[in-house]
Amino acid sequence: MKVKMLSRNPDNYVRETKLDLQRVPRNYDPTLHPFEVPREYVRALNATKLERVFAKPFLASLDGHRDGVNCLAKHPKNLATILSGACDGEVRIWNLTQRNCIRTIQAHEGFVRGICTRFCGTSFFTVGDDKTVKQWKMDGPGYGEEEEPLHTILGKTVYTGIDHHWKEAVFATCGQQVDIWDEQRTNPICSMTWGFDSISSVKFNPVETFLLGSCASDRNIVLYDMRQATPLKKVILDMRTNTICWNPMEAFIFTAANEDYNLYTFDMRALDTPVMVHMDHVSAVLDVDYSPTGKEFVSASFNKSIRIFPVDKSRSREVYHTKRMQHVICVKWTSDSKYIMCGSDEMNIRLWKANASEKLGVLTSREKAAKDYNQKLKEKFQHYPHIKRIARHRHLPKSIYSQIQEQRIMKEARRRKEVNRIKHSKPGSVPIVSEKKKHIVAVVK
Amino acid sequence: MGEMETAPKPGRDVPPKKDKLQTKRKAQDPFPGPAPVPVEVVQKFCRIDKSRKLPRSKAKTRSRLEVAEAEEEETSIKAARSELLLAEEPGFLEGEDGEDTAKICQADIVEAVDIASAAKHFDLNLRQFGPYRLNYSRTGRHLAFGGRRGHVAALDWVTKKLMCEINVMEAVRDIRFLHSEALLAVAQNRWLHIYDNQGIELHCIRRCDRVTRLEFLPFHFLLATASETGFLTYLDVSVGKIVAALNARAGRLDVMSQNPYNAVIHLGHSNGTVSLWSPAMKEPLAKILCHRGGVRAVAVDSTGTYMATSGLDHQLKIFDLRGTYQPLSTRTLPHGAGHLAFSQRGLLVAGMGDVVNIWAGQGKGSPPSLEQPYLTHRLSGPVHGLQFCPFEDVLGVGHSGGVTSMLVPGAGEPNFDGLESNPYRSRKQRQEWEVKALLEKVPAELICLDPRALAEVDVISLEQGKKERIERLGYDPQGYDPEAKAPFQPKPKQKGRSSTASLVKRKRKVMDEEHRDKVRQSLQQQQQQQQQKEAKAKSTGARPSALDRFVR
Repeated sequence: MKVKMLSRNPDNYVRETKLDLQRVPRNYDPTLHPFEVPREYVRALNATKLERVFAKPFLASLDGHRDGVNCLAKHPKNLATILSGACDGEVRIWNLTQRNCIRTIQAHEGFVRGICTRFCGTSFFTVGDDKTVKQWKMDGPGYGEEEEPLHTILGKTVYTGIDHHWKEAVFATCGQQVDIWDEQRTNPICSMTWGFDSISSVKFNPVETFLLGSCASDRNIVLYDMRQATPLKKVILDMRTNTICWNPMEAFIFTAANEDYNLYTFDMRALDTPVMVHMDHVSAVLDVDYSPTGKEFVSASFNKSIRIFPVDKSRSREVYHTKRMQHVICVKWTSDSKYIMCGSDEMNIRLWKANASEKLGVLTSREKAAKDYNQKLKEKFQHYPHIKRIARHRHLPKSIYSQIQEQRIMKEARRRKEVNRIKHSKPGSVPIVSEKKKHIVAVVK
Repeated sequence: MGEMETAPKPGRDVPPKKDKLQTKRKAQDPFPGPAPVPVEVVQKFCRIDKSRKLPRSKAKTRSRLEVAEAEEEETSIKAARSELLLAEEPGFLEGEDGEDTAKICQADIVEAVDIASAAKHFDLNLRQFGPYRLNYSRTGRHLAFGGRRGHVAALDWVTKKLMCEINVMEAVRDIRFLHSEALLAVAQNRWLHIYDNQGIELHCIRRCDRVTRLEFLPFHFLLATASETGFLTYLDVSVGKIVAALNARAGRLDVMSQNPYNAVIHLGHSNGTVSLWSPAMKEPLAKILCHRGGVRAVAVDSTGTYMATSGLDHQLKIFDLRGTYQPLSTRTLPHGAGHLAFSQRGLLVAGMGDVVNIWAGQGKGSPPSLEQPYLTHRLSGPVHGLQFCPFEDVLGVGHSGGVTSMLVPGAGEPNFDGLESNPYRSRKQRQEWEVKALLEKVPAELICLDPRALAEVDVISLEQGKKERIERLGYDPQGYDPEAKAPFQPKPKQKGRSSTASLVKRKRKVMDEEHRDKVRQSLQQQQQQQQQKEAKAKSTGARPSALDRFVR
């Protein structure tokens, strides 16, 4: 008879000393791991609940301005520095790690309409209601020196926005028309205009650096080519666009923040249909900024809230609001894609986390592994009703909540009536227009 | 680099030998590519059922499904390769030419085997306190047994260290470990008691009275009790609540077993049927007619594929549980089997009087073949409890003379997973495991016949959602399904919006919409038919005849 019994040597399974690691042999046979799907479901439910428990996005509020914050700018080389311009002409430079103001400049008389940094980070430009463009040094004045701009340009009309080229020593201002300036000259090297209305903002494309986009108050968005010094094409929407922002990863995609509570993501090559319509705000959208990953953007609305949207979805994934934050005028996403700053009407700049439940700081390898596993679980089970309900739940202030309900009822009523109109009329007599194309009036080349 | 020709040096017109060897080595690779993996092992790790046809979906969904299927193939190949790292081999017992393994007795095996394994065979002579029932803990390291006259003991049977030994002064009908070796549930004459492993009584659950059998569902933390009053009660031991008390409506419940694959409880009844129960439903999930007399014992194997039952008609049958519920094999026993148990590797043991018979199959996946027993053993008294020790080649038998531990080569799973049940875990590891197990405790409502049912598409909710969108908007903006035929049940709403009048109004809205569609379709069909008729009439052409009126 041949016999062998299963006998394990405990030396292979128990550690030798207290200082060693425990031995954990693994066997991935599915019969040893029953109830895979229900257990993973429970783990996903726990992960979703914990994400809501740890969702505390508000980090800090920077106090100091004496009037509403009108515009924000990021330092291109230093993550901890931001610049802000207020409605009383004051420009402040802040240090985000110490959360204090390191420099104050009385830059203009009247609003600071726009502020932008030079690509090398050594100086920045401001435009104000006193029809001037001023260039300042990024480092403070030395001992005994006065706070003086490096360069001042006096213009004839009010300038409403400024943006600097991403690679060359060129900047653009907008007001009555779009002017392209060389830094050494006091006159613009070219002026471009299309139509007779004032232009509210101008933005350079970070990838194709010779392209510019601007928004005018006659409801259009105009794209310009700097090399040819002409406007390229324009798209007319049914309400005015407040700002646009170019996607830092995709060369031709930009997002426009519109007054009709929506944001439109356009592909420059085909302006007749937006790539996506983002509908979640309940009031005019005032500012938009992309994350450096190019996959998400943040938008600020008149309705005292900021929302984070993924580029490919039409609904927001996150909404931030506080009782103390009033109308949010400007918003920026920091260059390490982890934080969001917003400047609002009540003189404060607030710093938020981009992922509300993220743990900041250095994570150990076990923490990273657990975080990745939980992320994958939440993604896998996101469509289950209980999990979806928990993941979607956000507390909203009563004003926003009731406005959402009201606007939903109105939208549904409109949709129902349109469907009835189509149903009860001769087929083909009432044209069916898709939701995306509904808001575009015309594209002009 | 080896191909570069070196110019022959003066005095040496033969090229250096190294180059030749290198080129020779490069030319032959007898086993190119990655090592092949056996197909059955890869199949074991595949979870997607590729034979099922999915309904047509959007292009994006289809491409995501294809990517997921390709990923699953890759990972199953990798998992199959990792089987190389498993350290232990299962045991075996083979007779020499013509020798019947059933005739080999335990003493021979003990002599032929190493000292450590021989020590696993022991006999506890406890005649004083009645026939014993026993239970191994989930890791297989601890053993608890209880005698009919009240003797309860728990010990680590490998090191023979006694944890506790008490007399509960009442008849003990069944005993079970809860999730770890720290807690014991004892079904005493009157009520259910929970003891610590030091013998301290922690709870007395008076709602579970006259319990005959206990089963612990480890991943749901549920203790199922079958009582003489005919009730099957589920007790959640993590929160201490009774989740469900089901009336089985079949008289006294004596025979109970759990299916480890889907946590369904099998109850055997005196009319020859076995009923399958889940705490979510008041009625049994299924009823299987197994025997012509009463059912005396039920056992389900660890993969949930086979169920072995034995009845008063002296038959032992093995049923197929995943599919047809038909008997696969039958055997008539001279003496009816009162106790049955499966091992982790698919061996079946039957206790008939004071004899135990063990049957084995071809491998892990196949049912045990009932032709020839693998091993037999006679004990000193009639058998009252049987369980294979998890992860060991040992069978524990509780009988009227005490407790015996028998050697059964090839019974236990050789390679355990350290994160699930680790017989060599330390106290810290046990505590961590307990916390994680409690966090991922599966809710009792999810117990059903197919444990993977949660991964299926929920068709009912999809259709309900579609009907509600039609009610709200007049049309379904998310798609058109011509096969939807089920009648619309309006979802009941709160705050007085669910009165009869409003329900009728909502139903009418959906019905009107569907009616309108039907009328439009039938009108179109009529028009088409008319046109066809006219076309036909025109094509037949020349002279109208009197028989034309009969043309359809």
